[in-house]
Amino acid sequence: MIINYFFPQFMHKDTGGKILLSLLALVTIMVIIFNFLIPLLLPEASSWHMPTYMVTLLGKYLCLALLAIALDLVWGYCGILSLGHAAFFALGGYAMGMYLMRQIGDRGVYGDPVLPDFMVFLNWSELPWYWYGFESFAFTALMILLVPGLLAYVFGWMTFRSRVTGVYLSIMTQALTYALMLAFFRNEMGLGGNNGLTDFKDILGFSLQSDSTRIVIFSLSAAALAMGYIASRFIVESKLGKTVVAIRDAELRTRFIGYKVENFKLWIFVFSAMLAGVAGALYVPQVGIINPGEFSPLNSIELAIWVAIGGRGTLFGAVIGALIVNYAKTYFTGALPELWLFALGTLFIVSTLYLPKGVVGLFERFQNRTENNKLEEKTA
Amino acid sequence: MNSFSQMQDKVRDVLRRDRTFNHTIVEENIFLQGTHSVHHNTLDASHGPVLYLEDVSVSFDGFQALNKLSLYIDDGELRCIIGPNGAGKTTMMDVITGKTRPDTGLVYFGQTMDLTQMAEHDIAIAGIGRKFQKPTIFPEHSVWENLELAMKTDKGVWHTLFTVLTSEQKDRIEEVMLIIGLQELCYARADLLSHGQKQWLEIGMLLMQDPRVLLVDEPVAGMTHQEMDRTAELLTSLAGKHSVVVVEHDMDFVRSIASQVTVLHEGSVLAEGTMDEVQNNQKVIEVYLGE
Ligand SMILES: Nc1ncnc2c1ncn2[C@@H]1O[C@H](COP(=O)(O)OP(=O)(O)OP(=O)(O)O)[C@@H](O)[C@H]1O
Ligand SMILES: [Mg+2]
Repeated sequence: MIINYFFPQFMHKDTGGKILLSLLALVTIMVIIFNFLIPLLLPEASSWHMPTYMVTLLGKYLCLALLAIALDLVWGYCGILSLGHAAFFALGGYAMGMYLMRQIGDRGVYGDPVLPDFMVFLNWSELPWYWYGFESFAFTALMILLVPGLLAYVFGWMTFRSRVTGVYLSIMTQALTYALMLAFFRNEMGLGGNNGLTDFKDILGFSLQSDSTRIVIFSLSAAALAMGYIASRFIVESKLGKTVVAIRDAELRTRFIGYKVENFKLWIFVFSAMLAGVAGALYVPQVGIINPGEFSPLNSIELAIWVAIGGRGTLFGAVIGALIVNYAKTYFTGALPELWLFALGTLFIVSTLYLPKGVVGLFERFQNRTENNKLEEKTA
Repeated sequence: MNSFSQMQDKVRDVLRRDRTFNHTIVEENIFLQGTHSVHHNTLDASHGPVLYLEDVSVSFDGFQALNKLSLYIDDGELRCIIGPNGAGKTTMMDVITGKTRPDTGLVYFGQTMDLTQMAEHDIAIAGIGRKFQKPTIFPEHSVWENLELAMKTDKGVWHTLFTVLTSEQKDRIEEVMLIIGLQELCYARADLLSHGQKQWLEIGMLLMQDPRVLLVDEPVAGMTHQEMDRTAELLTSLAGKHSVVVVEHDMDFVRSIASQVTVLHEGSVLAEGTMDEVQNNQKVIEVYLGE
């Protein structure tokens, strides 16, 4: 197929991934053309373009899809049901939020050149040490990867080494995100307490309110999703990916052929946490706020539901699940807000009862049936 | 600097001559080729036995599964272990491979490697391979991938991420596939194999590991007679280069392969000798008839 020409070798058999990335590229190019180039070149023809709020909404979905991929890596492939993955997402988001706060400079309500508004409000006289460096974007980018990665490393090192698995591990991840939520709610944390970080103005000197900045951030989210997908596909197609699946299916056997299981779990967990951090960092400038609610244990559970509905262990299934559920969520919370949790619950129950492999499994079943029909026609 | 390294060399030479301190020398270990494993011991089977179990006891909630078990396996030996259900045969393998830690007793691989102090994966890398009683393979992987995963190579995380099969490695996988007779099912998912084929696949994975000692727990359960004969042939052909320890209930099979048989009963050795000696042993007859 010609299309393989555009994809690396390890993606050639990944039909779902190729379709997904092609669609993603198409949408991004369309948005760039209609929302950016045409208004720039022909200002009077700008009536065709997609409203910017929709572009930003889509960008938000893409970040959540990246988060879903991160969970699918550890859950679908390694069998670690992390119910605390939203914590890594939120940490990445907070890192970005801190940078955006520093970008406000003296344009805050209190006009302090260094201190964010909430610190002035709390009568703090100087910036806490952990805020140092966040005026630099490069430093922030590093922290977006390092902070979630380090937390995942410490948590994983302790739990995997003591061979905590299954439900116990899931409960511990819930406890982790819950503890972080409580900590971030406290004003003494110096991260905005329950209001979190908000009222952002600029990113890298560009106004966050301007259409073109929003389109650039959307495009970056699409690129991050594509690169995250490709990197994850590379991992799961590598021998490491096979080892990780082997650990999921027969951990003891994997140990007895000489793999240090803890190290593999730790590696994939840390990688996944970093991916979640990147997703969170791109999410925050698009929604304009990050607060401790993002650490809510419910968020992590909802995330697991997206992956389950999409179909785990496929990567693109996670993306589909994240898009479907979040679209439904936007629709329901607009139209029938009180019904959303019921709708989510129903969706989850239906998918676990009738679609154990999620939406992706449905496609596969359909595909197999048509193939079987063809076979029958041939043999008849 | 120079004189220091000279002195170091001299000390090393002295240590090498005086084999008592062998374990202090960090040497390139033939069993750790290409790996950067944590322990620096070299397998030293120069005194005959490659595996030592001495006075090993294991109890589960008061139940004595192994009771002062002592067992020595020689380098290159093929040893069969028989015994009634619950005699502690599988538990013995668990102790050797690090799955179960003994309450008391010594477990040594060669002269120097204390297996009770090593992690499971280190024991595997050091050269002890194991086939489980219930065939344990990777169900979602193909036959080929199962063998690939078991292959003796650097099993560190980063190496595993970027490694690509070399042509020698592919040849080796194909060779083993031929030995276990699954070449036609190369790309079949392992959970679709029959019970006997799964047994073969697990034996194949053991071969891929190329271990010094093979612990094989009930290899012929679920096999046809022809398959059994092939297994017997394979295991006997492995002896010599490898030490093979086979646990089996099928007496005909044991008779067809074993030179030395050890009878385990209630967690300790009841009798040891050739098959004929063992079968005529009064204590053994009592245990088996008393069942
Ligand atoms: N993890 C465990 N916890 C409790 N008891 C155990 C455990 N493992 C083994 N046992 C007990 O120890 C005894 C020895 O078991 P083992 O599996 O070693 O026997 P075996 O000789 O392999 O028997 P078989 O021929 O049936 O495989 C059995 O009575 C078994 O119930
Ligand atoms: Mg047994």
